[in-house]
Amino acid sequence: MEKRVVFRSAWLPYVLLAPQLAITVVFFFWPAGQAVWYSFQLQDAFGLHSEFVWFDNFTYLFSDPHYLESFKTTAVFSVSVAGLGIAISLLLATMADRVVHGALIYKTVLIWPYAVAAAVAGVLWAFLFAPSIGIVTYVLKGFGVDWNWIIKGDQAMLLIIIASVWKQISYNFLFFLAGLQSIPKSLIEAAAIDGAGPARRFWTIVLPLLSPTAFFLLVVNIVYAFFDTFGVIDSTTQGGPAQATQILVYKVYHDGVKAADIGGSSAQSVILMIIVIALTAVQFKFIERKVQY
Amino acid sequence: MKMGMKTLASVLLAAGLLQATAAVAQTEIQWWHSMGGALGEALNGLATKFNDSQKEYKVVAVYKGQYPESMTAAIAAFRAGNAPHLLQVFEVGTATMMAAKGAIVPVATVMADAKEPFDPKAYLPTVTGYYSDLKGNMLSFPFNSSTVMFYINKDAFKKAGLDPVAPKTWKEVLVAAEKLKASGQSCVYTTSWPSWMHIENFSAWHNVPIGTKQNGMGGFDTEFTFNSPLHVRHIAMLGDMAKKGLFTYAGRTNQGDAKFSSGECAMFSGSAGAQAGIKKTAKFEWSINFIPYHDDVKDAPQNSIIGGASVWVMGGKKPAEYKGVAKFLAFLSRPEIQMEWHTTTGYVPITQASYDLTRQSGFYDKNPGADMPVKQLTNKLPTANSKGLRFGNYVQGREVIEEELEAVFAGTKDAKTALNDAVKRGNEILRKFQAANK
Repeated sequence: MEKRVVFRSAWLPYVLLAPQLAITVVFFFWPAGQAVWYSFQLQDAFGLHSEFVWFDNFTYLFSDPHYLESFKTTAVFSVSVAGLGIAISLLLATMADRVVHGALIYKTVLIWPYAVAAAVAGVLWAFLFAPSIGIVTYVLKGFGVDWNWIIKGDQAMLLIIIASVWKQISYNFLFFLAGLQSIPKSLIEAAAIDGAGPARRFWTIVLPLLSPTAFFLLVVNIVYAFFDTFGVIDSTTQGGPAQATQILVYKVYHDGVKAADIGGSSAQSVILMIIVIALTAVQFKFIERKVQY
Repeated sequence: MKMGMKTLASVLLAAGLLQATAAVAQTEIQWWHSMGGALGEALNGLATKFNDSQKEYKVVAVYKGQYPESMTAAIAAFRAGNAPHLLQVFEVGTATMMAAKGAIVPVATVMADAKEPFDPKAYLPTVTGYYSDLKGNMLSFPFNSSTVMFYINKDAFKKAGLDPVAPKTWKEVLVAAEKLKASGQSCVYTTSWPSWMHIENFSAWHNVPIGTKQNGMGGFDTEFTFNSPLHVRHIAMLGDMAKKGLFTYAGRTNQGDAKFSSGECAMFSGSAGAQAGIKKTAKFEWSINFIPYHDDVKDAPQNSIIGGASVWVMGGKKPAEYKGVAKFLAFLSRPEIQMEWHTTTGYVPITQASYDLTRQSGFYDKNPGADMPVKQLTNKLPTANSKGLRFGNYVQGREVIEEELEAVFAGTKDAKTALNDAVKRGNEILRKFQAANK
């Protein structure tokens, strides 16, 4: 049976909705609309002169090999961040779930990084891995590794992946732990009585039951890697060296804010917006279907 | 008690009103800048001095973050209709500001309208050239200027069995580098601001163009030309040095400074402004010198070009405010004020009078090398290739250069391809700027 609240007054529901709608319109629809409008314009930095150029900004983007390269960079980065973030936190959650003594301490420590701001996380890891003074660099040198992410693109990428994953593990960990705790103990015990070892129990019982959580986290983590990692990148590599870590959202910021290219940057935002809409659609389609079991 | 509170409140309110009226009588001039730390203190010192010297105007200096940030903030403020009166803009933003007719007022106009004395010829020719249009009208007010210098660690040189004298040519640099490396020096040479040093100043120093139309000063239809054989040869040499471990890349901004002052690197090219930091932290003997050149290039070395920032007057303000702006700029041009700024910050003295005044004061005798930057800037009369540069959207353009240089130093691209790519990508940016500023 469906539950329905019936308002006797005709205007009350709209008044109650108004604040939320106002926020959505002012902070989401308006800027998004402006981005779309600007993406068709060629404008100087001060907005003194602007010209409607149709799809010029877009054609310019797609003929720019560096923009296309940025897609590849974003894909490598997002898949690594989401994949590693999920795998590591799943491992940690399974371990933490089995801990008997001091479980609270482990859990608190694991959740801690989530409270650290992205920029701080970036600076922290950048310090550890700093080419001249970093302690990790020093250790790596001992192993004969020449570590200098200032000039080596793959190392720079690795650095921002590590920092971003580290920051996101806590979030994933929380969801996995909650998921694990909602799996009925009786199922696992029954399997154990039937002679299934821990690994077997994990693969055939725990993992399938966790799959909705995992899928949800996959989508959330990819969105995180796409957008929320801005702080980490801006405080460490700033997209360099030679654009090796310039993911799409960073390029939007760089071209729009630093380089004052409003049209080009807006066109990139519009493309990003389309990607997000697609991702959200996927999320709704799959999660809504799979979440009920 | 309640009564007491009320009385107190009304007294406070009255006091506040009084103060407010006192402030209204003065015309306020907003100055947005990017001088943090010790430099910011020196700048505030200048503003306070001006405010104390008269009663009509009050300069309010506001730190708005680093150069790109304060410029972005001012652009946003202009779009919203509340730009500051004065804005400090770094040299690469010059073309963008200049093209924004209506957003800015040329300094020459401001001074003429207010009938304040102002003589562009008082400034060093390299400085005037950088911030004037082709007719010689000063567009912005030169404020903090520096140039790129070559530093050596004398102790490291001695340890390697070398005379503690800076190499003059790149050939000599290579010889010294090999010896330093052999003596166990982990980082031999590094640089801050790679594009500024190895493309922009390199071109001026060897009197070759960075771009057509007098390095962009002659019009927006300029094109980059820094992929000449000489440029390719120089960048290839650096790439080769990087491969052999004779050149350590430090990053796109001033990261090289710390590598030198910590003693990690024995040779270093960086801003003249790096001196202050090195003086403070270096635990070794060092010297500041002219940047090296290739001795087979005819007439090299020419003169180096400036970096740093100038102050722009923003448009759309009241005449009375512009009068105050003109008075303040006239105040800043005074030789003794210029000297104070030069000696406390390490920036170059930009007027001949302040340079002479500083010399007479004996400052250079007490601080050997402090006049090297001026000497390098005025080494010869500037040519069309060495008076500066003015490229649209050069914030982006310079970044393209840095990216391509990084590819060379990382060994993933050869110098020729990288410079050709940089020119091609840079020209696309220039065309876009040209189209947006028709």
